[in-house]
Amino acid sequence: MYLTKEQERIFNGEEGETKELAMKLLVAIGDVYEAPRMIDVRSAQISGVSYKTIGDPGLEFLREFSSGKARAIVKAMVNPAGMDLVRWVELGIPEEFARKQLEIMQCFSKMGIEPTCTCIPYSGEAAPLREEHLAWAESSAVVFANSVLGAYTNREGGPTALASSVLGLTPLYGMHIDENRTPTHLVKMKCQLKSDLDYSLLGYWIGRNLGSCIPRIQGLPALCPHDRLKSLGASMAASGSVAMFSTEENGESKNAETVTVDRKELLEVGRLLSSERDFEHVALGCPHLSLEELKAVADLVSGRRLAKDLWCFTSRHLRDVAKTRGYVDAIESSGGKVICDTCIVVSPMTEKGMEGLVTNSCKAAHYLRSLNRVETRLMSFEGCVQHALV
Amino acid sequence: MHLSELRMNGRNVVGGHGSGEAIVSRQPMSFFGGVDPKTGVVIERGHDLEGRSVRGKVLVFPGGKGSTVGSYVIYGLRKYGAAPVAIVNVETEPIIIGGCVLARIPLVDKLDKSPIDVIETGDWAEVDGDLGRVLVERRRSRG
Repeated sequence: MYLTKEQERIFNGEEGETKELAMKLLVAIGDVYEAPRMIDVRSAQISGVSYKTIGDPGLEFLREFSSGKARAIVKAMVNPAGMDLVRWVELGIPEEFARKQLEIMQCFSKMGIEPTCTCIPYSGEAAPLREEHLAWAESSAVVFANSVLGAYTNREGGPTALASSVLGLTPLYGMHIDENRTPTHLVKMKCQLKSDLDYSLLGYWIGRNLGSCIPRIQGLPALCPHDRLKSLGASMAASGSVAMFSTEENGESKNAETVTVDRKELLEVGRLLSSERDFEHVALGCPHLSLEELKAVADLVSGRRLAKDLWCFTSRHLRDVAKTRGYVDAIESSGGKVICDTCIVVSPMTEKGMEGLVTNSCKAAHYLRSLNRVETRLMSFEGCVQHALV
Repeated sequence: MHLSELRMNGRNVVGGHGSGEAIVSRQPMSFFGGVDPKTGVVIERGHDLEGRSVRGKVLVFPGGKGSTVGSYVIYGLRKYGAAPVAIVNVETEPIIIGGCVLARIPLVDKLDKSPIDVIETGDWAEVDGDLGRVLVERRRSRG
């Protein structure tokens, strides 16, 4: 691929070993995908942050990568870590795990990468604008940015997003090019989507059955709430290699294959992820809860006493806003917990012999079953909160 | 025993040279959860290389799959002295590319002959990641 003189200097190691490694990585990827050149990105969002997922190899790499002089030159953020960075003792996180997790965070902060620790970096301080190019790694945020916000990003990995953060660049290929963003499938809805869980199930069905695709979904309500589109995108990115969907009723779509989805299909994927059993723990916030969702939980539990554990995962930024509005106190005085910086999938909270839990997220259920070997039961958002109350 | 040489040309993805005994899989590999970074042993249940070590070998397989954390596992293999000396893929993808760049392991793909069909476990292979070439010396006779 073509490199500017400045980029060539970095490639040849004239700006240090770390940047050379970052440039070599992006050039190798760019060459494989036949990118003609690099483009500037507005922000980078890095995955592979929890010690539970990256382990000692990831920590060793971050230690070495951050020991050089390279620093983030664009806004750089990270995915959820393995624990609430403040309340980890209370949540029973082992000390050894916490020590390594805090060292991972120090490596990022040394490079000027912000400890956002959220999978919804668009909610809060870093909402991208239309047509801005990004290098984001969290798959649900990639789908949301491309589909709802009109930004441009490929599904990056941890290492490539990290490379983009110190170079401010990404190779021009894939979702950065308009002609690659045309829907490949028309998905016609034959039933009404009632709850948030229906959106999550639809997304899961799409990813599982259509794989790597760009679906145009016809028959969704106009002005669909963003939280429902968040659930829809998150589950399709978990079950398939999806980076974007469209909800435009009548847009362009070349030779797109048509599929229809009825309630039968939604129930079919629900059965894959949902046990009939009863569990003592309820987890909300995969992806992280928005302010509106935190308010909805607060409204449902306010003045009542929870009978089961209710864990609400969100970003520290949104938790702080929710605190000033009284939502956090309402949830926690009913016995629930608002947990920041982490989520049920990447924290060791499920490792202490937990049999199963109730969630409204097909993405969470998918990973809890496959990575954590924990049983799951699916209920709607409101159903989850009601379940925790009795 | 019959010795024969085979040359293949393909795409140079990550530079460098590596030679050693080949270990060949017909299945895509997930390094995250699939390979122990400290020993190089394949631990994915049901994988055709389960229980075998990739340490010091020229590792030949179709391509990567799974989480991008796999790149860090490849880096870990190098750090703990259990890395393959080179990787040959049918068609590679960003997880393997990332791991090979970070761990400085030569990587080639898109060869003019299918490497998983032509190379056999136990063959001797020399990989030139700068030119995208693979030279195979067959150690076993075949029908």
